Amino acid sequence: MSESAISIRNVSQRYGDAGAPDSVLALDDISLEVRKGEFVCLLGPSGCGKSTLLNVIGGLFKPTSGMCHVAGRLVDGSPHPDKIAFVFQESTLFPWYSIIENFRIALKFQGIPQSEWDDRAMQALKAVGMSSFASHYPDQLSVGMRQRVNMARGICVETDILLMDEPFAALDEQTRMVLGEDLSQLLAATGKTIVFVTHSLAEAVFLSDRIVVMSARPGKIKTIIDVNEAHPRSPDFMLEPRFSELRNECYALLRDEIRSTMAAQRDPQSAGA
Amino acid sequence: MDRSNFATRSIQISFLAVLAGAWWLATETGSISRLFLPQPRAVYAAAERLVQTAAFWSAVSVTLMTIAKAFLIAMIAGIIVGYLVTRTRLATQVIEPIISGLFTIPITLFFPMFILFFGIGTGSKVAYGATYAFFPIALNTIAAFSNMDERYLRAARSMGAGRWQTFRHILLPGALPVLMTGMRIGFFICFASVLGGETISSVAGVGRNIAHAAELMESARMYAWIVFVICTSVTLNLIVYAFENRIRNR
Repeated sequence: MSESAISIRNVSQRYGDAGAPDSVLALDDISLEVRKGEFVCLLGPSGCGKSTLLNVIGGLFKPTSGMCHVAGRLVDGSPHPDKIAFVFQESTLFPWYSIIENFRIALKFQGIPQSEWDDRAMQALKAVGMSSFASHYPDQLSVGMRQRVNMARGICVETDILLMDEPFAALDEQTRMVLGEDLSQLLAATGKTIVFVTHSLAEAVFLSDRIVVMSARPGKIKTIIDVNEAHPRSPDFMLEPRFSELRNECYALLRDEIRSTMAAQRDPQSAGA
Repeated sequence: MDRSNFATRSIQISFLAVLAGAWWLATETGSISRLFLPQPRAVYAAAERLVQTAAFWSAVSVTLMTIAKAFLIAMIAGIIVGYLVTRTRLATQVIEPIISGLFTIPITLFFPMFILFFGIGTGSKVAYGATYAFFPIALNTIAAFSNMDERYLRAARSMGAGRWQTFRHILLPGALPVLMTGMRIGFFICFASVLGGETISSVAGVGRNIAHAAELMESARMYAWIVFVICTSVTLNLIVYAFENRIRNR
């Protein structure tokens, strides 16, 4: 467990040229080690750079400075689809392909031999209980079903690392809970390393081994909270006093951040100083 | 067919019936000179005679070939230019307004120039139709490729898609519905400009025959040609729509 899957060293990310008036320092000197098989949540107010950090890990953004290694390989602004899979914020199932075709195309892009496509796809769909919808098109499914399939598409490529960018953001709270439970079950079995971006406190506590609490403008790591609870977790975990304590701890850490972010949005002049 | 669909169709068919009835009534009562608008049965008889002549079919094939050539040129040029323009944001910002600005000019004004450059034969009509149809096809191609949802491109990139794979599986299918709209509009503009061009100045084709019949005051024959063109246009429209719907619904 001590082996490092993702190693982030002094990563900064700036949008726009330094010194320009609209330049934003999205990430400021972030260092983080993610162990193999660990579930890490990035938690923070909107605009704290959690998604940016995820994109740097996944090789979609090249960091302005610092280095990021994934499975010992330097990730420097180019994706490593054999090691890392993404599940994005909103469902990014391609609407012009049916569900099964969406899986086939993901596997094709990743360079998996054609003979394995359908087996892998059906296996992943079965895991999320969606195998009877293989020939449907994404717009024929509800948002919750779509995100379930989207999750399965990220899993079927069988990478060691899964990066999830607020995958449940578009869902109502009940669906979100159920999908979270399913995710916990699913991932306990696969032993994947997961970095999960969220701004839901309950989601973070329920799913994570460690919660990385971030502050905004510039995005920094404020604290890292350990959640010592074995996976898969049952919904009963949410009823334990420890769950509420952790949740409240996160909230206390974030409250000031959220207030200052909101103040900055109301009055960008004074906060910019 | 559900009820509202049935109602829509009934109203549409009734509208056509009223139009035909008005035509019949106006000519029967003599309130419009038969020289300007002949009776329906006179037009029908003229049409019957017309389709039996070899000249009819040769005119039709000349016009269809002209339209096909013009559309093919417009389609290839429009899609290639449109796609290349969307490859950089700067090119889109510079060139898109130029193309849409040029499209607002009535290109009909330049028709005499097409005759001068390409002669009175089919060449000038091909060039004219292709030029006119190029604009909507290029503009819709630009719209189709530049409004691509960034999320899909990012997802494809994260899965390791190469340039060609991204084009083939993401850009192209995403752009296809709008691309099809451009081609449909382009096709009917091409159809109209070739026939219009033939009517104004040419030596052969359907448009030429309509103009010729009008010059000879043979109005029944002229209307027979026009009815033929309308029927062709409606049929083509139905075919194109059916095709487009198939593409849209995968």
